[in-house]
Amino acid sequence: MMALRELSSLEKSLGLKNPNKYSTQGDKKVPVLHSNNGPALVGLVTIATHLVQEAKRPELLGGSAEHKALVQQWLEYRLTKVDGCHKDDIKTILKDLNSYLEDKVYLAGNQFTLADTLMYYGIHHIIVDLVIQEKEKHMNVTRWFDYVQHYTGVRHHVPPVVVLRNRVYTSGHH
Amino acid sequence: MKLFVSDGNPHCVKVLAVLEFTGVKCDVKHVNHEERVVPYLSRPALPALLLPSGTHLFSPNSICQYLIELNGQESSDIVNQWLEWEATELQPAVMQALHMVVLQGKGADTPRVLRGPLSYLDQSLSQRTTPFLTAEMVSVADVVLWAALYPILSDSSLVSGNQTLQLWFERVGMLAACVSAVQTVLQGKGLKAESLKTYLQRQPTTHHGQGQVQGRGTQPCNSPEGGGDDDCVLSEEEIQSAVVTWGKGLTDLPMVPERQHPILPQEGKRNVLVTSALPYVNNVPHLGNIIGCVLSADVFARYGRLRGWNVLYVCGTDEYGTATENKAREEGLTAQQICDKYHAVHASIYQWFQVDFDFFGRTTTKKQTEIAQNIFWRLHERGFLLEDIVEQLRCEACQRFLADRFVEGTCPFCSYPEARGDQCDKCGKLINAVELREPTCKVCSQTPVVQSSKHLFLDLPKLEAELEQWLERSTGSGDWTANAKQITRSWVRDGLKPRCITRDLKWGTPVPHPDFSDKVFYVWFDAPIGYLSITANYTDQWEKWWKNPQQVELYNFMAKDNVPFHSVVFPCSLLGAQDNYTLVNHLVATEYLNYEDTKFSKSRGVGVFGDMAKDTGIPSDVWRFYLLYLRPEGQDSAFSWVDMATKNNSELLNNLGNFINRAGMFVSKFFESCVPAMALQQEDKRLLAQVGWELKQYINLMDRVKIRDALKCILNISRHGNQYIQVNEPWKKIKGDETDRQRSGTVTGVSVNVACLLSVMLQPYMPTVSHTIRQQLNAPPSVTGTLLQGTGNFVCSLPVGHHIGTVSPLFQKLESEQIESLKKRFGGQQPEEEEEAKPKPKTTAQPATTPASDPAAQTAVNGADAERARELTLAVAEQGEKVRTLKGQKAEKTVIGAEVTKLLELKKQLSLAEGKDPEPVLTKGKTTAQPATTPASDPAAQTAVNGADAERARELTLAVAEQGEKVRTLKGQKAEKTVIGAEVTKLLELKKQLSLAEGKDPEPVLTKGKKK
Repeated sequence: MMALRELSSLEKSLGLKNPNKYSTQGDKKVPVLHSNNGPALVGLVTIATHLVQEAKRPELLGGSAEHKALVQQWLEYRLTKVDGCHKDDIKTILKDLNSYLEDKVYLAGNQFTLADTLMYYGIHHIIVDLVIQEKEKHMNVTRWFDYVQHYTGVRHHVPPVVVLRNRVYTSGHH
Repeated sequence: MKLFVSDGNPHCVKVLAVLEFTGVKCDVKHVNHEERVVPYLSRPALPALLLPSGTHLFSPNSICQYLIELNGQESSDIVNQWLEWEATELQPAVMQALHMVVLQGKGADTPRVLRGPLSYLDQSLSQRTTPFLTAEMVSVADVVLWAALYPILSDSSLVSGNQTLQLWFERVGMLAACVSAVQTVLQGKGLKAESLKTYLQRQPTTHHGQGQVQGRGTQPCNSPEGGGDDDCVLSEEEIQSAVVTWGKGLTDLPMVPERQHPILPQEGKRNVLVTSALPYVNNVPHLGNIIGCVLSADVFARYGRLRGWNVLYVCGTDEYGTATENKAREEGLTAQQICDKYHAVHASIYQWFQVDFDFFGRTTTKKQTEIAQNIFWRLHERGFLLEDIVEQLRCEACQRFLADRFVEGTCPFCSYPEARGDQCDKCGKLINAVELREPTCKVCSQTPVVQSSKHLFLDLPKLEAELEQWLERSTGSGDWTANAKQITRSWVRDGLKPRCITRDLKWGTPVPHPDFSDKVFYVWFDAPIGYLSITANYTDQWEKWWKNPQQVELYNFMAKDNVPFHSVVFPCSLLGAQDNYTLVNHLVATEYLNYEDTKFSKSRGVGVFGDMAKDTGIPSDVWRFYLLYLRPEGQDSAFSWVDMATKNNSELLNNLGNFINRAGMFVSKFFESCVPAMALQQEDKRLLAQVGWELKQYINLMDRVKIRDALKCILNISRHGNQYIQVNEPWKKIKGDETDRQRSGTVTGVSVNVACLLSVMLQPYMPTVSHTIRQQLNAPPSVTGTLLQGTGNFVCSLPVGHHIGTVSPLFQKLESEQIESLKKRFGGQQPEEEEEAKPKPKTTAQPATTPASDPAAQTAVNGADAERARELTLAVAEQGEKVRTLKGQKAEKTVIGAEVTKLLELKKQLSLAEGKDPEPVLTKGKTTAQPATTPASDPAAQTAVNGADAERARELTLAVAEQGEKVRTLKGQKAEKTVIGAEVTKLLELKKQLSLAEGKDPEPVLTKGKKK
């Protein structure tokens, strides 16, 4: 069901007027998009990508070949690593994202893309559970998360997470 | 653009096939599975593509899509859909299937997990009219899916039904790009490829979704006791070849020659020069120093000698500097006398730890002066030195310029309050002592003053280009640890600045330049030259080692804080000297070893120092074993007494010692100390192959200086051995009929040979134990060299009729009382009074971890935390919703009850977070929820606690109101402008603090103000 809520939020943020028809399939409730002109599309990322194209917002899929690849990579990462992750994997996910985001504003560099939106939805439940010190330990993830949740029209179905911008644990070592 | 691939990895088939298919130009580099190519990922991920912008792609499918995109083809919805299906549905099933088939040898039929995905694919293909998945032409989706399925579908025994799928599979497989990719990665062998097995064994255990793949972790250390037994599945060929090797015996294998000093490079040999960072003479080294440098280098040097390399291992004490001068003053001796005294202390500690240097020298020698001055002049002549006026800190109270290590202050980069004068322990940046904020003299605590004098600088920017070229070559071809590469990269990336090489001190190598006659060389310039001068003191022909990069391979061992000096600064000195110096080829840096989760500290008496280890009564070999078992390879590790006892008792005593002892005892008790005849059966042959495989791994890992991981191979072998004995019960069979007795003989004979192999593999780690085993087994001297030649030869080195010596136990149990008393003695548990007495515990350089014994700190952080309160409010609301829904659905009472309990618990936590409920019972539950770990005594942490503190916000609101009132009053009284201005400033400051306390204001500048 989560995936459908994400897709509905995405539709809103893309400004798509007519809501699409969705269903889910399989144990994992993979979303399916039923459209009038063409076969059904299966899979969260596939559908999300399709919606972005429908909304004529190709820049959200990355401007250059390189950015497109990065967007695809992080969308896949969201599905294969973040979704259904075991709690032991959370540390690795946060650590890796944190070091990746060290010199980047968004996942594909300086441009906001679909990867940010879906990663934000997918990682939200992890960030919500972090205590302040953990948020600070993963400063870059927290900063990115805060940008994204304040990005116009992104945050729809998930509650905001408060992010302190001044460091509290100044002596923290990482 | 550069594509990194590894053997046996089916994902690499994908990218190589697509690369060739598209014809995109790209360098391909073959690396090992464990190579961490993608700098931001903590686990190795291959394949990886280095993009022109410097970013890495690590998703094989994205790499494929990128290559296709470069070729001008756009992905369509349907291609995306197949790729998404491959990553989320197919891949987990394939991995699980491969694991079962390749590693566990199960499944003569299509593995059950794959049936669903395969028939889905088959159906989809049948419904299409096109020959390929998405169109008339091959698309990236075809190649990706084909490569993912290749190992499974290429094995006809696993495929049944799914006709359309098979036709498609064959059609795609005929592409030249696919054929050659499979040849490159899997040697065209599919499931049978040895490299595929190795790859699968290295896959980390995944907890992911339905794809429950159980593999051996990439770091065996994390699963020391765990398995490794059932996942090593051997092919018939491997078993046969193990038997052939076994039959070769010792005869035709070469001996390791005796060492003859001086050791010099030899034509046609692998000439390996090993150094470990020079320990500073005044500090008695602690266990962290020992494992980081000398011990690690010793293991590697010993291993190299066993392998028949021509190894020279040099080290020595670093003796110049003010610390020595001071110590001399304290003890009423000359600096030289102090060095003599402590050099001997060091030498004896390393001797006790059995560190087998070829030469252990020192830096206060004539050779040091000669070589350092020579390098200096060469740099000077070539224009790599600059003159500049330097401001230095001088302590008027102590009447001298302060060496870096005698100044402490706040780091100008990260504001860490205890930065040293040369480097910050926290952010790792180099600091000029005068840049420190609030510097203090560490001797007298006075504030030093800045004075200027003329100094010489090494012009690093001028050497930068040459350095980068060399780094590219060296890190590309050598075994640099990941941290060494990373630290170096970040240094070079930040840009190099000229570095001062002279100092206003007495105790050092004199600067030969007449304008600087009252100065000495700065230690960082001088100390690494110690490697050269120490070698020169060992042999006059030192240049054959140090000016011979063509013949010599140089390994530097150190802890990670030493990396920049060895990878950037010293190489620049040598490159600038233009004298064909040997530069480091393999830079091996460890992370830090902590002591029982805190830092070793001489001043606080925390930790075990080199000179005390022998007083513990624990043998040197056991110390070596445990330190190497813990070697901070890839991540920090912590010494723990209890763990040491556990590892001694479980690994050494019950596993390794038990096996070797049993094997020997059976020979002496049942067969009158003569190795019995062996008639190998399938089971014995399997063991030979298993042991042979571990031996190969050991050599593979050791060659790449993975010292800790290689140790696990030894322990795996003895685990296999114990199991083998346990299953075959030679002690029972010896009492049976002739066949049984023969069987008992075979098992005993094979076991004692495994024990003999272990003695050799152990030699680098535990030299005494290794020697004892060989003595007990009366092993021929040639075993030490022969078993480790090439990729490893597990031969029958104790043949039938071989007479063994007297067998006795190798290890002793460490009792818990003994460990408890040692723990107390070395300050493993710090008494709380001590914590309180010290205003500022010096543990800050380490990850701040408050002992759990300090509940006050925890409550303080948790107690009134606005942030947490907000989070909890949300949680309470959500949970409330859940309960209402359940009630609405008329769920079972127990279910509702459980959720209500959770709700109540959340509410309690909320009250607590709001500072309302002092109920102490809850503290425990909360501790787990929030691993608060800041020492309460740390002033920074106090700010921290205040930062998001509702209480403080309330106080500040009052203060702001009061101050506002004051300003208004003053204005009303028409007070002087300056007076009003001052009060307004105060008001603004208070308002800022208030915003900050409410978590609103991002302005970092204020953090400083708040600390005061």
